Parts: sequence; structure tokens; C-alpha cells
Amino acid sequence: MLTCKQFLQELNDYLDPNVDAVTKVHLQAHVSECPNCFVIVDTTKHTLQVYKGIEPQAIPDDVKTRLWNALERKMAARGRE
Amino acid sequence: MTPTPISALGFDEPSLVERAQSGDSAAFTTLVEQYQRKIFRLAMNITQNTEDAEDVLQETFLKAYQHLDGFQRNSKFYTWIVRIAVNEALMKLRKRRGDKFVSLDEPLETGEEEVKREVAVWEGNPEDRYSQEEIRKILDEAVESLKPDFRTVFALRDIEELSTEETAEALGISVPAVKSRLLRARLALREKLTRQFKRKGEDVFAYL
Repeated sequence: MLTCKQFLQELNDYLDPNVDAVTKVHLQAHVSECPNCFVIVDTTKHTLQVYKGIEPQAIPDDVKTRLWNALERKMAARGRE
Repeated sequence: MTPTPISALGFDEPSLVERAQSGDSAAFTTLVEQYQRKIFRLAMNITQNTEDAEDVLQETFLKAYQHLDGFQRNSKFYTWIVRIAVNEALMKLRKRRGDKFVSLDEPLETGEEEVKREVAVWEGNPEDRYSQEEIRKILDEAVESLKPDFRTVFALRDIEELSTEETAEALGISVPAVKSRLLRARLALREKLTRQFKRKGEDVFAYL
């Protein structure tokens, strides 16, 4: 069986939904037997979920205004070309 | 013939890009509206500086507009502007850090050394215990603590959801380098968030 260190090197593969079945079974064998790695897998999944779940913050109004002003200038310049 | 309003078409990226390339400014504006928040978030995640992120945001869309004719429609417009944004953000980082900045092309120590890991389950969903603002602050601080090489790869793969190959291409590094940096970033963030979100009384540590 894999050691914890070897398993953690392969953690990305374990979390990848497209990983091949043989690799998945091989890695699953370690997780099923190792409570520490089970918790690491679980909390890593939570970590990724919480990052994916957060909406992008609104851009500050002044930043947005400057962006649009710069774009308008660029578009106007192109229109004159 | 009256042109069909963009709002009535929904968000159809290929058609908007085609129209923008033919000189339709309104179509380009819709593309900017769609992606500006994501580009600003990416720029913040890489530069960790609001002023730099604003410059990156502006430069990205100005360059995209300027070079729109050169965009090949066989790739995604979003991936294309992400590449522009990443280049701009890395330039900002290099400028701010001077010669001390480690190039993304240089090999990194990727061996997983013996580290003390926190092995504790989380107290339910953070969303149930913290406001969005509190969670955002915790997540931002955790990302900020990573080295630029790691947080850039993490932002592209796990936040902006680019593929490993797209991330490698955007950064000009190899696929194995993306994979190893992503692993280090994920484990480091897991560690930090677990300290924050763990169930009280579960101070179990383990050497793995």
C-alpha cells in the first residue's frame, strides 16, 4: 500500500474526476485505510469548494469608471482612424 | 434591418467576438461587462495590490481591443484575455519586486518535505457560520500568503477554472510544473483554512 507521503503526491489525481479507474482504485485503497489522509482529502475538497463558491467581488465604482473612460477613448480613436 | 439587441440573444461569446471584430463596439462592451470582474479578481489574486490590479484590468481590455483582429476564433476569447491579464500581472509583480522576483520559468523545489499537518475536520460549512465578506477576507489572506508562483497557478486552475494545459500555456511553464505547484498551493491553503474552520476542540496534529 502507498505511504501517506506517496498518496499526497498523487492527491491531485485522486481529486481529478477524469482520472482513470485503475489509478482511482489504487489511491482509494490508501484513503479507505488511513483516517488522516481521509481527513486531508475531505478538507482539501472543502477548500476547493469554498474558493469556487465565492462570487467575484464587485469592482470599485471609480475603477470601473476609469476602465470605461479609457475604453471609450480607445474606441473613439479607432473610429477616427 | 434593425439589429437584434444583445440582451435578446443571451450571452453568445463566439457571435459577440465576431461582431466585435467587425467593428461593433457594443459587442465588445458586452464582452468587457461579462468578464471584467473575473479579470479584476485574477489580477488581485496575482498582484495582491489594488492599484496594480486596476492597471492590469485596464491594460487587458485595451490590449484585447487593440489586437482583436489578431484573435483566432479557434480558441476561447476568455482564455485569450486571461493570457493577456496574466502577462500584465506578472510584469507588475516583476516591476514591484525588482530583481528579487523568481521567474516562473525557473525550476522550483517541488519535493513534498516532511511537514506538520493539521488533521481536523471542519465545523460544518463555513457559509453557515461566516458572512460572505468574512469568508472572502479569510480566503484572500490565505492566497496572499502563498508565493506568487503557487498563487498564480492556483488562481488559474482552481478559481478561473482553466485546464492544466491552458494554465501551462498561459504561464509558459510545463504541465508537470503546473501540477506540482497546484498540489503545493492546494495543500498550503487547506492547511490555512483548516486552522480557521476546524471544529473546536479538534486540535489533532499528525506527522505524515
